[in-house]
Amino acid sequence: MYKVIERKQIVPNIHLLVVETEHIHKNAHAGEFVVVRADEKGERIPLNLVDWDERSVSMVFMEVGTSTSKLAALKPGDEIATLAGPLGKPTEKSEGKKIVCIGGCYGIGALNPVLRMFKANKNHVTTIIEARSDFLLYWRERLKEHSDELYEITRDGTRGVRGHINDFLVEHLKKSKVDLVYVQGCTYLTYLASETTRPFGIKTIVGLNPIMVDATGMCGVCRVTINGETKFGCVDGPEFDGHQVDWDNLLSRRKIYIREEVYSLSFYECERYG
Amino acid sequence: MAKKIQPTKIPMREQPAKERIRNYAEVPYGYSEKEAMQEASRCLQCKRPTCIQGCPVEIDIPGFIDFIAKGDFQAAIDRLKEKNILPAVCGRVCPQEDQCEKVCVLTKKYEPVAIGRLERFAADWERAQGSMSVPKIPSQTGKKVAIIGSGPGGLTVAGDLIKLGHAVTMFEALHEPGGVLVYGIPEFRLPKAIVYREVDYLIECGVKLVLDFVVGKTATIDQLLESYDVVYIGTGAGLPWFMNIPGENLNGVYSANEYLTRANLMKAYLFPEYDTPIVRGKSVAVIGGGNVAMDCARTALRLGAEQVHIVYRRSHKEMPARLEEIHHAEGEGIIFDILTLPIKYIGDKKSWVKEMECIKMELGEPDASGRRRPVPIDGSNFVTPVDTVVCAIGQSPNPLIPQTTPDLKVGKWGNIEADPETGKTSKPRCWAGGDVVRGGATVILAMGDGRVAARSMHEYLMTGKW
Ligand SMILES: Cc1cc2nc3c(=O)[nH]c(=O)nc-3n(C[C@H](O)[C@H](O)[C@H](O)COP(=O)(O)OP(=O)(O)OC[C@H]3O[C@@H](n4cnc5c(N)ncnc54)[C@H](O)[C@@H]3O)c2cc1C
Ligand SMILES: Cc1cc2nc3c(=O)[nH]c(=O)nc-3n(C[C@H](O)[C@H](O)[C@H](O)COP(=O)(O)OP(=O)(O)OC[C@H]3O[C@@H](n4cnc5c(N)ncnc54)[C@H](O)[C@@H]3O)c2cc1C
Ligand code: SF4
Ligand code: FES
Repeated sequence: MYKVIERKQIVPNIHLLVVETEHIHKNAHAGEFVVVRADEKGERIPLNLVDWDERSVSMVFMEVGTSTSKLAALKPGDEIATLAGPLGKPTEKSEGKKIVCIGGCYGIGALNPVLRMFKANKNHVTTIIEARSDFLLYWRERLKEHSDELYEITRDGTRGVRGHINDFLVEHLKKSKVDLVYVQGCTYLTYLASETTRPFGIKTIVGLNPIMVDATGMCGVCRVTINGETKFGCVDGPEFDGHQVDWDNLLSRRKIYIREEVYSLSFYECERYG
Repeated sequence: MAKKIQPTKIPMREQPAKERIRNYAEVPYGYSEKEAMQEASRCLQCKRPTCIQGCPVEIDIPGFIDFIAKGDFQAAIDRLKEKNILPAVCGRVCPQEDQCEKVCVLTKKYEPVAIGRLERFAADWERAQGSMSVPKIPSQTGKKVAIIGSGPGGLTVAGDLIKLGHAVTMFEALHEPGGVLVYGIPEFRLPKAIVYREVDYLIECGVKLVLDFVVGKTATIDQLLESYDVVYIGTGAGLPWFMNIPGENLNGVYSANEYLTRANLMKAYLFPEYDTPIVRGKSVAVIGGGNVAMDCARTALRLGAEQVHIVYRRSHKEMPARLEEIHHAEGEGIIFDILTLPIKYIGDKKSWVKEMECIKMELGEPDASGRRRPVPIDGSNFVTPVDTVVCAIGQSPNPLIPQTTPDLKVGKWGNIEADPETGKTSKPRCWAGGDVVRGGATVILAMGDGRVAARSMHEYLMTGKW
């Protein structure tokens, strides 16, 4: 069991979770994730590492189904059943490059260690965070610390630039020379960003989120098709070249358990609230 | 022959097929004391027992059987445990028909002695007596041992080395110990309580168990070697194979590992009480003919499938599964499509598998394994409807540890190379055994490897000589 140090809602539906562990920080790198299981009956779910130190790791998660609802109900002092990591391949390092980093929903949090790593390696980092509306954007100051410039985009224009990430990205890529684009967030965002950069021929690294179970390469549920070849998301990724991802396959595989997920959530809510 | 011998084994009572396919409880009930004593009396107590040669860990088979025949069950279990620390497991899952029972002298005329069932009986009898006594452990040697993986191999090394007075820590990647015994082999074949009891016993003896620790990621072997004197790698063969045929990434196509891990480790058969879901297909095809395939097929049935097919490219005779598993599967109504090979999965509009295309095979010349090689019959293709496919064609070792341990020599299939006499790998202070060395093998071989390595590790710890 692992003790929860902190769990708080940062913006509606998005939470920070800090859990006690001495093991994970030693080998943790930007781009890696952990597997957590809320309780003894829980599912194993992957969450990106957003920060770590000698006694804890931090994650940012979006409340969507049963597992994340269970996590969202945690209080400091509670315990979770499983915490394993760091898992996955770290973000590939680069030096002296011009990098655009894009984050949406939980991916805003997930950018944190990646920006820090890119910055430490003397890259020029342009950060773009996006959300539907002003009240869903978070960690602006924290991310700015590791960025040379930071833009905010809201679909309703309540903060920063109004519109979609693709419009903004196109304008930005036309104006500035960019070596690498890095994207964290939901599948739609990673897909959209990849398709936007494709005509520009700019290498685009995306953090994918296929369904996982063990996250150690043992089950193969996380398989994704990259450049026509099957890869395991948990050990060969989770970061891949967005221009090589078979998005249709990823999107349909993410929906395997939709029916069960909805059922499970209503079952959990029934048990919890009666 | 002086003694009149009953020609057949005393049958083991079991749950009727109609009932058991709707529950997860163990299928055979095991012998009663009377049945066990009767079966034990079939043993001839050979002067030169061939059965012992058939046993990879050389259990004194006539010895323990003689105690059962005389009703001294405690003595029987003690004798078994001299060689085998997991008799309740082995009695249930060893391929006895290829080992001890295959060479029992009775097979010349009759059915062999039911050695496996008797082994199981003695172990279950002990379990029913309550807690096991924790042995007195010699004074601590001050040496630290790290064991990676808590499958039958790791458990054996842990048991042997803790009893020799070393400080033992066992690291396990998953959230439960036991390896394949827990995440792979289903409850209806091997109740998990049996495995947990053995693990609890080791913990009581002083073994430290660290779960959720993925060696190669959480810490590398080299990092472990900074604080441990020796390391045993017993990480199994956990990398699932696929066939690389079209449609394998469709929804509804599983690896056996995923299917069984969801069902067993994550308890998806109890969904939604447990959160992890599994597809409850109506028409399921399981590809393969080993124990893993039988377990998947029988699991599918218990998850409510109406039709379950085993699709195997060779014939019945070549099936590597234990005889008992094949019998149980047949008894439960599983359909065997032999000499059949899937070549393509076909999806519907939503990318769910709906059909599979197969080709019929015939047996040609023997291949490297000595079995006749299956060859496709031209033009025999046919398409059949399925809504779930489970691919159980084999697995190889997970590359996480070799990738992060450059001086560890691995073979062509990613298996770690180890000296069969000692378990030593190419890397000083590191031993390995079980499936990670052999590829998918058996529980008893993993335990045998563990025993060999433990001896060599102890020698090194006491002398410092590699
Ligand atoms: C490598 C990796 C890293 C990840 N990192 C994070 C992270 O840092 N923070 C985080 O919040 N999530 C992250 N995810 C996704 C996260 O694992 C899932 O959101 C989680 O498993 C959902 O579990 P659940 O039981 O709450 O929801 P489920 O019951 O599994 O899903 C409920 C519904 O929400 C949908 N859904 C699930 N996840 C998402 C999503 N990410 N975006 C949009 N819809 C979704 C499902 O399709 C389903 O319809 C990551 C995934 C991977 C593979
Ligand atoms: C479904 C199924 C049915 C089977 N049926 C039979 C049968 O009836 N009879 C029989 O004799 N054999 C059977 N086998 C084979 C048998 O289970 C194996 O040969 C045996 O379990 C191998 O033991 P092991 O100790 O080498 O490894 P495993 O039992 O595979 O255990 C390895 C352990 O190491 C852990 N691990 C892996 N990587 C790491 C890491 N990097 N860090 C930490 N831990 C790690 C794994 O999570 C696992 O718990 C079956 C196998 C399967 C899959
Ligand atoms: S070979 Fe058969 S009959 Fe002879 S001792 Fe062994 S079990 Fe008994
Ligand atoms: S999650 Fe099981 S192999 Fe990737």
